[in-house]
Amino acid sequence: MTPVRDRPSILPLAADGLRFEARGARLIDGIDLAVGRGECVALLGPNGSGKTLTLRLLHGLDRPTAGTVRWAAGTDTVAGRKRHAMVFQKPVMLRRTAIANVRHALAAAGFPRTEIADRAQAALARFGLQDLAARPARVLSGGEQQRLAIARAAALEPDILFMDEPTAALDPGATRQIEAMFAELKRAGIALVFSTHDIGQARRVADRVAIFGKGRIVEQGPAERTLASPETEEARAFVAGDLPW
Amino acid sequence: MDGAFAQAFLLIVSFDAGFLGIVGLSLWVTLSAVAISAVIGLPLGALLAVCRFPGRGAVIVAVNALMGLPPVVAGLLVYLALSRSGPAGFLGILFTPSAMIVAQTILVLPIVIALTRQVAEDLWAEYGDHLTSLGRIGRAAVGTLLYDGRFALAVTLLAGFGRAAAEVGAVMIVGGNIAGYTRTMTTAIALETSKGDLALALGLGIVLLALTLSINVVVFGATRLWHHQLR
Amino acid sequence: MVTRRFGLLLATAVALALTAGLPAHAADRFITVASTTSTENSGLFKAILPQFTRATGIEVRVVAQGTGQALRTARNGDADVVFVHAKAAEEKFVADGFGVKRNPVMFNDFVIVGPKADPAKVRSTDDAPVALRLIAASEAPFASRGDNSGTHKAERRLWQAAGVAPTGKWYRETGSGMGATLNIAAQMDAYALTDRATWLAFRNKGSLAIAVEGDKRLFNQYGVILVNPKKHPHVKAADGQAFIDWVTGPAGQKAIAGFKVGGQQLFFPNAGEPGA
Repeated sequence: MTPVRDRPSILPLAADGLRFEARGARLIDGIDLAVGRGECVALLGPNGSGKTLTLRLLHGLDRPTAGTVRWAAGTDTVAGRKRHAMVFQKPVMLRRTAIANVRHALAAAGFPRTEIADRAQAALARFGLQDLAARPARVLSGGEQQRLAIARAAALEPDILFMDEPTAALDPGATRQIEAMFAELKRAGIALVFSTHDIGQARRVADRVAIFGKGRIVEQGPAERTLASPETEEARAFVAGDLPW
Repeated sequence: MDGAFAQAFLLIVSFDAGFLGIVGLSLWVTLSAVAISAVIGLPLGALLAVCRFPGRGAVIVAVNALMGLPPVVAGLLVYLALSRSGPAGFLGILFTPSAMIVAQTILVLPIVIALTRQVAEDLWAEYGDHLTSLGRIGRAAVGTLLYDGRFALAVTLLAGFGRAAAEVGAVMIVGGNIAGYTRTMTTAIALETSKGDLALALGLGIVLLALTLSINVVVFGATRLWHHQLR
Repeated sequence: MVTRRFGLLLATAVALALTAGLPAHAADRFITVASTTSTENSGLFKAILPQFTRATGIEVRVVAQGTGQALRTARNGDADVVFVHAKAAEEKFVADGFGVKRNPVMFNDFVIVGPKADPAKVRSTDDAPVALRLIAASEAPFASRGDNSGTHKAERRLWQAAGVAPTGKWYRETGSGMGATLNIAAQMDAYALTDRATWLAFRNKGSLAIAVEGDKRLFNQYGVILVNPKKHPHVKAADGQAFIDWVTGPAGQKAIAGFKVGGQQLFFPNAGEPGA
């Protein structure tokens, strides 16, 4: 497997006019989002504003009712080997050891059988998780599980990693550890798109932010500027901490 | 009842060739049926859980209902099929252990498929997004689901084993209860009962129960060990 | 959905199922004989068949069912030889072309058993139909096989001879084999018609004992027939005929006569008897 930087990237990712309807309700509409190589984008907004759904559409877990998701290397499907991965709010842990979880993901992604054991070890060591290797994944703490999930996703050498509220259920200590992992991922050149309703986290970590409101992106732009002086009404309300609706 | 325990004890220590033959055949037939049902039923059950197709609901209901297929009916159907006057008569396996294995497989398979489906479906509800993200959807997810459900599936196979080991209707009809050839523990029990030798029949019953219990102890121990190796 | 690899696995599994039962037990030469449960339960086959196998090297696999089922099995071609005790049905079997020739082989007798207390007072007579008439009159419980077996047919003939059509709660049709019927009779303290062989070997007699025996009409003739290879080409005609020749010949007839339970001879060879 050639390292991230030496392969033609699947980025930039361009999503245009994404709309999703279910049971007669229009859940998100008119979502335009672009992600360049190595960029770190935070999706901000209150619960129910469409962040999770957008992530799922970008990653391909669901199909948009209208609109397109375009990758630089052509359209890509969820099935088959692809170079984007996703981590969920509640980490999905298989009923096996931590390292077996990583091995499973590597095998699923199609890495050569002979390399899997070493790659799995390296993936854990990279983030200081090697001591957890032989423990059953399901008995790890919430923070450990999430770190494992991210390490597992990173092991797949993706060009871009989607994360749905990765630290929402964690205490500050664990959150700090996760954000340290973000830094390492950024150093490796992996693009990150994550949802959060922690404005501070967006400020600490993101290059750009997209603020969601009621199924639309109400404002997006560079993180510093947008969060310091939001232009739209809804964005301002959100940053100020008011209930937008 | 004391007569029965005495009979059971005598049977075991006597190492009578005929008795051992009966025990051996019972195990061979039932374990073969369970093994074949596992090979066919585990993947099918998992597939049924993760694949969507028209009529899926009807298939699930049918499989669940077949868990209650009366053994004697299964035996009758297999007999009619394997009889020389029937469609598969050319195989010439009626009144042989092969026919008994076929009949018992038909009884065990629905149990394996139905329970595996439920286990796999529950696991998919939990793992679905992650596996889809990894590209393991549909057929490709079967291996993961079966492995992760291994403890529940072990019990499923035990349930299948119990059903096969306990039945007499199917093996009696398709096997013919031929002395020294297709006589199993359950058909022997039926025979001795019909001869009025109730103590011997009960003795055989006690041996059968002891055998089933032993197998369950072994499987439980094995899964415990497997569980512990994870820690 | 069913990919080629899975299909291959399926085929292997099925092949395994069908051949799995064949290993060590597969004898080179064997014939399948359809006979009745009462004959098998008496222990006759266990006693005489090893002698046949030693003499010819042919293994005999006996499938024991009710007479009706045995004849059906033979009719379907699932047996090579049929060995039952229902003369009329046997002759029809041959007449219909499913059997080559009916060969009388031996006879045993039926007995009427009943509770030692004898509520119907049948011990007063040696006449079987008269005994049945007494049972019907007193409505004492009677357990019938009710399964169209040779025994059941014999029982029906006796009721006919008695001029009585047995109906009512006292007449219980069990629909089962001889042993099961006797179990029920012992439980219910009922009368029953049984072949002597099964009775002698039966271990659950309860309070029952032989009430009527010796009436000529209680005699039970056995016939052995080769299934017609013209109807079922796969039938092992040569080996099947070898069995018939043996069992109706001097060696087999001697073996039959030599079979005793509790010192009593159960079956009486009469292969050469005209009109048997």
